Amino acid sequence: MNTSQGENVPTLNLKEFIRGVKKWTPCPLTKLPDDVAKRSLQVGIRPDEGDRSGTYFQMDDVPVFHGIKKGFEGKVEVGSMRQALQRHEWLKDYFWQLIDKSADEFTELAGRDWDDGYFVRILEGQKLTLPLQACLFVATDRFNQNVHNVIVAEPGSDAQIITGCTIHPSVSRGLHIGVTEIYVKRGARLTFTMIHNWAPEFDTRPRTAILVEEGATFVSNYICLSPVRSLQMFPAAHCVGEGARARFNSILYVKDGSYVDVGAKIVLDGKGSRGEIVSRVIATDSAQAYLRGLIVGRSEDSKGHIECRGLLLSNKASIHAIPRLDAEIRGVELTHEAAIGKIAKEQIEYLMARGLSEEEAEALLVRGFMDVSMFGLPAALNEEIRRIVESVSRAH
Amino acid sequence: MLRIENLTVEVADKTVIRNLTLEVPKGEVHVLFGPNGSGKSTLIKTILGFSNYKVVKGKIYFKDRDITDMPINERIKLGIGVVFQNPPALRGVKLKDLLNNVLGQAKDDLGKFTKLLNLNHEFLERDLNVDFSGGEVKRSEILQLLVQRPDFALIDEPDSGVDVENLERIGKALSEYLTGGTGIIITHTGHILRYLNATKGHVMINGTIACSGNPLKILTQILHEGYGWCEKCLLIGKGEFH
Ligand SMILES: Nc1ncnc2c1ncn2[C@@H]1O[C@H](COP(=O)(O)OP(=O)(O)OP(=O)(O)O)[C@@H](O)[C@H]1O
Ligand SMILES: [Mg+2]
Repeated sequence: MNTSQGENVPTLNLKEFIRGVKKWTPCPLTKLPDDVAKRSLQVGIRPDEGDRSGTYFQMDDVPVFHGIKKGFEGKVEVGSMRQALQRHEWLKDYFWQLIDKSADEFTELAGRDWDDGYFVRILEGQKLTLPLQACLFVATDRFNQNVHNVIVAEPGSDAQIITGCTIHPSVSRGLHIGVTEIYVKRGARLTFTMIHNWAPEFDTRPRTAILVEEGATFVSNYICLSPVRSLQMFPAAHCVGEGARARFNSILYVKDGSYVDVGAKIVLDGKGSRGEIVSRVIATDSAQAYLRGLIVGRSEDSKGHIECRGLLLSNKASIHAIPRLDAEIRGVELTHEAAIGKIAKEQIEYLMARGLSEEEAEALLVRGFMDVSMFGLPAALNEEIRRIVESVSRAH
Repeated sequence: MLRIENLTVEVADKTVIRNLTLEVPKGEVHVLFGPNGSGKSTLIKTILGFSNYKVVKGKIYFKDRDITDMPINERIKLGIGVVFQNPPALRGVKLKDLLNNVLGQAKDDLGKFTKLLNLNHEFLERDLNVDFSGGEVKRSEILQLLVQRPDFALIDEPDSGVDVENLERIGKALSEYLTGGTGIIITHTGHILRYLNATKGHVMINGTIACSGNPLKILTQILHEGYGWCEKCLLIGKGEFH
């Protein structure tokens, strides 16, 4: 599947980045340096492993920790991708299968200079009551981190995964490439939440593809609220089975000179399959944001919807919503709605008429705009994401 | 407490209020009548200082201070409160969030007011004015007013589109609050006047006050004869209705 796209994205000079950095030694999460723990907490990773069923933690190119919490053993496998490939002969049928290694220069790079990544497999019929967490941490300035992850949700399983990608405070430049192949099998349900927190000179190119089988549900939540030099991704979900569902939610706060091109593609190939792409983007300063949505309806009774709302807080920022619907057979129903604008004066004045200052009114409306309850997430995750959005948006 | 002198207001390059003068002393509740589009809500938004409503002439004084050019929130801090006729929908902003911002000391009273207005806890969790029914909009607006406890209330059509039971709740809430209080209340049907003692009534026609007098007498006249007689009044000159 094409997981690249994005025609105006700035090209990167790969020579800017370095490989072959100092190796971290594996350690328990509690032994991680304080500033690492603090940064990872901001992307939803709990260093105390509280409220989590399992953990994977990678520093630069070294998996420093992986583990499963008591009570969850035998239900799920979490660990290094490289090791998993040695352990499971069959895993090669899941590796570079949904994404073509030669798709673009970044997938090529990830195929050539591979820095491990995580393997997660939720066993058949297992329902994990707490989320799994995976942290991909860049600790060295100018490092080019190329991870490749595989997630297999076996039939009838149910899980949430929180992936947090971030950098050490001393890192200002660098390139993170994350190739992720996700298999959601018959009747399984997977909620995949990815939280990014980079720096104004950092670049990132996630490459994600998902296969959603009969009766299975895949939900992606993507959150990026801090500056980045350039971010471009176009994850693609292929709904192959009857009644398969895929949904992409994203919340983006694009600031400074950030260039952000976040899309999502859903191919509805199963009878009665459903796809939804919902995004909220706020652009300020001189940031540029592109929101691409593509839903392809290829099967009878399939339904898809793209919804994009954008809020411009500065005259120099820009938001481009590019929804596209391809209906390739009779009986598909595809819709989209997009609305981009600035905060309505009427709304600010309404709040001022309750005594709020103009700044307070604007902040309340911005926070309301990023309200995550419309994503329909499990209550605890909803609350957790809401807290992260609140804390980051307050800090701005 | 509120004094408006020779006020002329333009909205979208159109004159909506013309040379209007009105005074509401402390302890008085005045009723504003007038046909649709005569400028009643415009007057309220101008008193609040909304940016689309340009004062091209005249002055507004509140508590003896010239507030004509004051930012909206400072007027509120001086003690003005409002119930809007058509408040905007604020997606993602919960009624509770706003109340928390407005509350201050009145926190303990919130439970009392929600009960009085028959609003439950779930309602406070809803996005402000998003898919609210007509009656819910009114009760949410009045709840915000009560929580704010302003010295002067601008109340725009609290009784429009409200069923009998809710009218009674709204009536009781406003009556308790406005007894001995000060403000301006706008009504078409006058239902709300069953619950309050209004001091004076005014009829607004085409952006100016055509006549003033006993509010209940004015209401009776309007209900019987419509606004035709007011227009005549306006032709003769500013009328005092007895
Ligand atoms: N923001 C605005 N932009 C353009 N026109 C406006 C605006 N606000 C008010 N008007 C116009 O000003 C006039 C007076 O409107 P206003 O809302 O004050 O009437 P009203 O007396 O409150 O009427 P109603 O009884 O229907 O509530 C109307 O012609 C209205 O269309
Ligand atoms: Mg009105």
